[in-house]
Amino acid sequence: MKLITAIIKPFKLDDVKAAIEHAGITGMTVSEASGYGRQRGHTEVYRGAEYRIDLVPKVRIELVVDDSQVDDLLDRIVDAARTDRIGDGKIWVTTLDDVVRVRTGEHGPGAI
Amino acid sequence: MPQTFSGDTAWVLASTALVLLMTPGLAFFYGGMVRAKSVINMMLMSMSAIGIVTVLWVAYGYSLAFTDSGSKWIGKIAPSHLGSLVNDLANNGAKLAIPVLVFSAFQLMFAVITPALISGSIADRTKFVSWVVFVAIWVTVVYFPVAHWVFYFGNASADGKTITGAGWLAGLGVEDFAGGTAVHINAGAAALAMALLLGRRVGFRKEPMRPHSIPLVMIGAGLLWFGWFGFNAGSALSANGLAGLAFMNTQVATAAALAGWLIVERLRDGHATGLGAASGAVAGLVAITPACAFVTPTGSVFIGLIAGAICAYAVGLKYRFNFDDSLDVVGVHLVGGIVGTLSIGFFGAKAVNSVGLNGLFYGGDLTLLRLQATGAFAVLAFSFVMTLIIGKLIDLTLGLRIDRDAEVEGIDSTEHAETAYELDTRTGGGIFASASSKEA
Repeated sequence: MKLITAIIKPFKLDDVKAAIEHAGITGMTVSEASGYGRQRGHTEVYRGAEYRIDLVPKVRIELVVDDSQVDDLLDRIVDAARTDRIGDGKIWVTTLDDVVRVRTGEHGPGAI
Repeated sequence: MPQTFSGDTAWVLASTALVLLMTPGLAFFYGGMVRAKSVINMMLMSMSAIGIVTVLWVAYGYSLAFTDSGSKWIGKIAPSHLGSLVNDLANNGAKLAIPVLVFSAFQLMFAVITPALISGSIADRTKFVSWVVFVAIWVTVVYFPVAHWVFYFGNASADGKTITGAGWLAGLGVEDFAGGTAVHINAGAAALAMALLLGRRVGFRKEPMRPHSIPLVMIGAGLLWFGWFGFNAGSALSANGLAGLAFMNTQVATAAALAGWLIVERLRDGHATGLGAASGAVAGLVAITPACAFVTPTGSVFIGLIAGAICAYAVGLKYRFNFDDSLDVVGVHLVGGIVGTLSIGFFGAKAVNSVGLNGLFYGGDLTLLRLQATGAFAVLAFSFVMTLIIGKLIDLTLGLRIDRDAEVEGIDSTEHAETAYELDTRTGGGIFASASSKEA
């Protein structure tokens, strides 16, 4: 079992969501996030003054999936989220020890 | 003994209420421009001015500003005794057909909004108690005397032939119909002094500090615009053609300034902004305030366009000289007030108001422009220096500024124990409301 965490551009959420649904994944958690990577934020002009914005708004998607689904899913998310410009985001994969479904108390892959 | 004229009285009464509304309008205008953590403080600085100045006006303010003491610098230093004036008619350079109390209430609203305007330059960081003390002292030693200089045309004798005790600038013939000098240059110069005394906010020029709510700014600009018809057209103190001229010019210059500001923004930054539209409108209102009954509607178009464009650039001065005039009181009110006051020297037209002189573009000579420059500079210098002294004294005693941690946390919660938007877990909002706790 793996946790996939994807940080993407907010306007790409719909595309990525559709791609994930296409892959047959049945759940996800989405939250608003902000941060920066190698692009180190961006500059913005407002009322004639230029500002550096460090923390850029992003969307964080978290998915728990079975090991066999990981490679396919990563490809689909990357395809959907990519704009080829800086700040497209990052995806990382974490190994999980256990997963529990709260309603039934099931453990392991069956709880995904 | 002339009688009260009900038409004039009704119009000035209505104008008084209109001008009162400008101060809550200003609270919205400024309140929307600050960050979400300083909204209550910002609005309260305006609202508290209503409370403080009204009481002082009834106590002695009216007397200091609008009675004949024989001095051109200040009225009688005495209680206002408004109760004893109930049956009198207003007398300001001429016998007017409105009751003294109506005139006094109208002028009170000007005294209320002027210190409130200053608050924009000291956003996010001023001790509330120090603000309250500042307003009380500032209206007493700066506004009331300056109102006497500019707005007091003297005590007319019963036959109307002799006039005594006119204020300094009014006596010189400086043309300021509704307060370009006494209200806007006065507040703008004080705002500059206070911004210098208080210093820059934490994060100034590093963080964007964008307005947290442009719709609130728009509501405020709308209320200001609406109320300003009372401010300018009401200053005719009569429901007549002069009030009509002031009314029309107010609309024309404001609209033109709104357009002027947006054009500059679009060309300079690539975007026309909501904040720019609201600021442009206010810049136009400021600039036409002194001129509204001395110029033609065509002249007003140019005054508005020029004021909108110049102020759009002037709000950048704070970055150039590195002072934190947080909400651009200097860029809009001081610069706009100067533009408007001097504009009469160019656009003044005797044809629309026989009391005025012709400006340079209407066949006049430099006389009027010199007078206007005198008025603008006198009020600017007096207000700036006096404000520096008052502010410094308060800083040495009460302290002007909240501490750094309180400023970063947000002045609303530290000075007022309130927040404008109870949305986070700490204050019982949001999806975690039921789990709220102090440690969150």
